[in-house]
Amino acid sequence: MPPNPALSAPVAPDPEPAAPHITFEAIRKVYPGGVQALHAVSFSIPRGGVFGIIGRSGAGKSTLLRSINMLERPSGGRVLIDGTDVGALDEEALMRLRRRIGMIFQHFNLLSAKTVRENVGLPLKVAGVPAAEVRRRVDELLDLVGIADKADVYPTKLSGGQKQRVGIARALVHRPDILLCDEATSALDPETTHAILGLLRDINAALGLTIVLITHDMAVIRAICDEVLVLDQGHAVERGPVWKVFGAPKGEATRALLRPLQHGLPDDLARRLQPEPPRHGGHAILALRFTGETHPEGLSLASLLSLAPDAKLLHGGIDRIQGHAQGDLLVAVPAAALRSAAGRSFSPDSIKVLGYVADDV
Amino acid sequence: MSPTMSDRYLRAFGETLTMVGVSVAIAISVGLVLALALVVTAPGGLNPKPRFNKALSVLVNVFRAVPFIILLVALLPFTRILVGTTLGIWAACVPLSIHLIAFYTRIAQVSLNEVDHGLIEAAQAMGFRRRHIVRHVILPEALPGIVGGMTVCVIAMINSSAMAGAVGAGGLGDLAIRYGYERYETQVLFEIIAILIVLVTSVQFGGEWLARRVDHRR
Repeated sequence: MPPNPALSAPVAPDPEPAAPHITFEAIRKVYPGGVQALHAVSFSIPRGGVFGIIGRSGAGKSTLLRSINMLERPSGGRVLIDGTDVGALDEEALMRLRRRIGMIFQHFNLLSAKTVRENVGLPLKVAGVPAAEVRRRVDELLDLVGIADKADVYPTKLSGGQKQRVGIARALVHRPDILLCDEATSALDPETTHAILGLLRDINAALGLTIVLITHDMAVIRAICDEVLVLDQGHAVERGPVWKVFGAPKGEATRALLRPLQHGLPDDLARRLQPEPPRHGGHAILALRFTGETHPEGLSLASLLSLAPDAKLLHGGIDRIQGHAQGDLLVAVPAAALRSAAGRSFSPDSIKVLGYVADDV
Repeated sequence: MSPTMSDRYLRAFGETLTMVGVSVAIAISVGLVLALALVVTAPGGLNPKPRFNKALSVLVNVFRAVPFIILLVALLPFTRILVGTTLGIWAACVPLSIHLIAFYTRIAQVSLNEVDHGLIEAAQAMGFRRRHIVRHVILPEALPGIVGGMTVCVIAMINSSAMAGAVGAGGLGDLAIRYGYERYETQVLFEIIAILIVLVTSVQFGGEWLARRVDHRR
């Protein structure tokens, strides 16, 4: 790809590599009527990465995201951006800060009465940037997000994916350090979601800005996030690199969110499963789990066969997340071979005998 | 030399257009400002001022509650101060405008309230000032509804202006009453009804055309 002028925008120098970009200190939110959306949530977001916040609906993720630019003021606690307490800023300073924080939305929130070009240029126009410069910057950004040919149409003529591209261009118009994504792909079909996530990843790599996204979909987290925070009913349940949270989820909420992506026991096998080995023959069904911790490079097929020479792979999958191979496999081995399998060199992170089936699998 | 009947029609038509034009222009400009004030100062609005909001809302209701013909009489002293007389089309414009300001305020308020809150939130997130949000987000997005409301308003005004005959303001309605009703000239009555139907229909179609022109949502 030729170098894109919009991508070579100057990146703010990192004041101190280890300093977090955004810090949440005991953020609480209580809505009028007593509903508590957030319970003293504390964590920090490193600079330059893609940070995901996931939770079911009502978990408080939207409230948490909106506390970064004070669209929703927390009831207690502080949000610090580069050490500055955002909640303590006066209106003028908050307005200037908001121009350094781009935001995109689930429903795009484009102005229906303005063309694509006017939508993207408006934030610069109201900030008093000269028209010629607005035009140059807008062209640059429409090129970057790949909709330069739609500059003069109204948003209603665009598809969902194109609308979100306009949203992204508009969010980047002030060259922000932070990009907030509020369920940015939840209203898009899978193919478009993939394209938009790819664009966000490219923008993150090229511009070096910090992306904070909220979603209810673990697939989005897996696709582009470096780190993830899991929220459940206003509590931060766990937080860490995405491969670790996927490989060894600790919270019940995390496991529930991961379930759609995992390979459970298929129904037909579940029906035939019995707790004790049959008197003669039969197969043991084993669930092997790889967390990515002990075999990050991948799983040797020879070691799988060392379980039993005629072991069968029934179901499952291995994903490579951030360079860590992990996943679940269901394996059938002859019940007789199971006893001798103990003590072999092969070691998944967990191995569990789910049960036995009488005949062949 | 007494004026012919067609002269009377022309004159009455001109009077109706003048009253409607002047009152609508005043009512729409003032009504839009009041509607914006109501929306911006409402709880959860851009600049919540609950007490001001309540007071303004009650004031609008006062004028909404009084039937036009009663407002016309009740405002006579005020009209005399403002235009120096209580007779004629200029005097009629005062109660007509005030009656219509209250009406249009409520119509415009509905359109302004219908602007998607997500758009306002997006503008706030991008660091817009309040006046920029009003000018670049709320007003343009509500424009199709504001224009549609104007159509309703002009037609309501054509109706109300008929009653202005009570203060000797003339107009088509006044002609219909004096000739059609009081002198039993049924033909005059029906002719004026026909003129009003054509007038109202043209305003309606013209308004719809304009509203489509400014609406980019379809």
